[in-house]
Amino acid sequence: MHAPPLQHHFPDIEQQRHAAKLGTWIFLSSELLFFNALFAIYAFYRVKYPEMFQVGVSHNMKWLGTINTAILILGSVCIASAVNFLRLARRGPAIFLTLVTCLCGIGYITIKSIEYGFHFDEGIYPGGAGHFFVEHPEHGLKAFFTTYFLLTGLHMIHVAIAVAILGWMAWWVHRDRIGPWGAYRLGLVALYWHFVDTIWLFLWPMFYLMGART
Amino acid sequence: MKNYLNDETTIWSWVATTDHKRIGLMFFVLTILALMVGGTFALLLRLEHLTPRYTIMSAFAYNQTFTLHGVIMVWFFLIPSIPSVFGNFFVPIMLGAQDVAFPRINLFTVYLYLAGALVVFIGMVVGGTDTGWTFYPPYSAQTYTALMPVLVGVFILGFSTILTGLNLIVTIHTLRAKGMGWMQMPLFCWAMYGVSVIQVLATPVLGMVLLLLTIDHGLDWGLFDPARGGDVVLFQHLFWFYSHPAVYIMILPAMGVISEVIPTFAHKNPLSYRAIAYSTFGIAFIGFLTWGHHMFVSGMSTFDAGIFGILSMFVAVFSAIKVFTWTGTLYKGAVSLKTPLVYVFGFLFLFVFGGMTGVAQATTSLDVHWHDTYFIVAHFHFIMVGASLTAWLAAVHYWWPKMFGRMYPEKWAIAAAILVLLGFVGTFFPQFLLGNGGMPRRYYHYAEKFQPLHVMSTAGSWVLALGLLLALVYLLWSLFYGERAPRNPWGSRSFEWSAPTPPPKHNFEATPVFPPSAYDYSRPVEF
Repeated sequence: MHAPPLQHHFPDIEQQRHAAKLGTWIFLSSELLFFNALFAIYAFYRVKYPEMFQVGVSHNMKWLGTINTAILILGSVCIASAVNFLRLARRGPAIFLTLVTCLCGIGYITIKSIEYGFHFDEGIYPGGAGHFFVEHPEHGLKAFFTTYFLLTGLHMIHVAIAVAILGWMAWWVHRDRIGPWGAYRLGLVALYWHFVDTIWLFLWPMFYLMGART
Repeated sequence: MKNYLNDETTIWSWVATTDHKRIGLMFFVLTILALMVGGTFALLLRLEHLTPRYTIMSAFAYNQTFTLHGVIMVWFFLIPSIPSVFGNFFVPIMLGAQDVAFPRINLFTVYLYLAGALVVFIGMVVGGTDTGWTFYPPYSAQTYTALMPVLVGVFILGFSTILTGLNLIVTIHTLRAKGMGWMQMPLFCWAMYGVSVIQVLATPVLGMVLLLLTIDHGLDWGLFDPARGGDVVLFQHLFWFYSHPAVYIMILPAMGVISEVIPTFAHKNPLSYRAIAYSTFGIAFIGFLTWGHHMFVSGMSTFDAGIFGILSMFVAVFSAIKVFTWTGTLYKGAVSLKTPLVYVFGFLFLFVFGGMTGVAQATTSLDVHWHDTYFIVAHFHFIMVGASLTAWLAAVHYWWPKMFGRMYPEKWAIAAAILVLLGFVGTFFPQFLLGNGGMPRRYYHYAEKFQPLHVMSTAGSWVLALGLLLALVYLLWSLFYGERAPRNPWGSRSFEWSAPTPPPKHNFEATPVFPPSAYDYSRPVEF
């Protein structure tokens, strides 16, 4: 196992670790504000077109959104345990659980893509394009689906980035580039996963549950 | 002696450097180039307004010129001019650190800046755009000019800003020298901390809104198109949610510079360290709650407008705390009138003037009269140029000896400072009168009666340009022929002066041990 690489400008490894953690949190706060602009837009249009947003929410397939919620939470559980295993120097389970989290991400993206496919079949495209909007010309529906594609699309890009970084981390753990001393690094990636997960926990009610006509 | 400039001399050692000083220096060069490009556009605009009709350019070219002037000056000069240059260069040294917390990310910010600048430059070459730097839809969604590259370029640049902010926050948290508490930091670090918080939290909102506008413009999704259920005022809210705090991204670093320069040249403790430090956060916080004052005439309710007006006036309270603390520091100080202090005096006058007109505009009834007139143009140039650019010039002269190991020629510098300040007032004071008299902003043609004031303003711009050009010439001259600078030419107690001049690669010869205060002028200088 390697000793932790200390960069020249840090007095000790603890300080370096602290900096990495703080940096990640600040990065996530910035990410949150990036999403927030879209949340604000959603809120604005939801207040402007309350009925049409209900129609839109009812139109989305609740069960697909719910399965995806479960998948992301499963991923969160796995990656949190992976960090713990790495801390205990049990590389095998750490790698396995990291890869399971990757699979969760891929599964999520697959389901989301299938769902997009359904939308396209119905003629629902972002920006009010497609024959669905010829039959339903209400402005509110267009606003609903445009914000839907923007928010879930941006979120999906984040999941894809998380999958890529997790795969890379699994490789690093496999090659023993990071050992128990570096579990915090996997922890920081886990933090990113949790962030992406948390964003979804808001998107799920916003686009599948809130005001749905059962 | 080996220093950061001559330690390694290969090109690779510059383009792949992780040294915060070299990165700061690269930003210095890049932002000066941006200033020159943006400044040239400004001179062309002023020249066009010499006569009420066509002078040198068509109405279309005029629209493109003021758009690019705004885009380049705001995003490529003013916002990075102090944090990315002097923040990068001096914050680690002031804290006794060897580098910023994430040196490679720091290098990445340079390339993000370059990439953003390149994309905007491409946009400029293929025709530029004519929306104004605020990009308001619905026009911006329809214009056939090259809007996309400009939006994308600014979007990329935003990440450079965010990452610089992130780096400075983490550096200040984790790399302070042993024993240095928060209240022992030089005040410039407080300003950098405050501005970094705004950069990290406000810039992503701009990024998103530019992205959405790019989509609206390129893919025609109509998110802000009223004809298809969108809302244009929503864009304005989101845009100003960033762009008003962006004003504080420009002014807080300037205030940090002033807080360093005044104690040094007054040879006196700041009247209140805490007042300056805390008011920084007052401005940073309240700055997030004032954006609505840009939209008093965009159909906002009287109640909302009143709230935004009052919140905006709070900014003046925190600014006044700073101004009184600075002038109180100067009072009965042993003042030595060097160039940086000349700029500071200019800053104090222009900032108070610009700030007071800001308070006046926060009053909704007055704003209706002045909205979209030259009064606004004059007001924000008093803050952005009169205050921020002046403080930037103070910083350039104040830290020049430390950065390059050479003294600038004092007499020439004072002459240039006087030209800059006179030229500035000559350019922008007439614009207050123009605006109050009813001259709308961004108009190509204007009524004959406004011509005398426009001519004054244009003449002022030449004096201002002459002053800046003079500064550029003697600064470049001093790099080769200037007197060698001692370690601490101003007798400052602030910590960055304890490093050798110019600083070596890792900033200090040995682990620095700082005195308990960066402003204790009752004791003899220790470095």
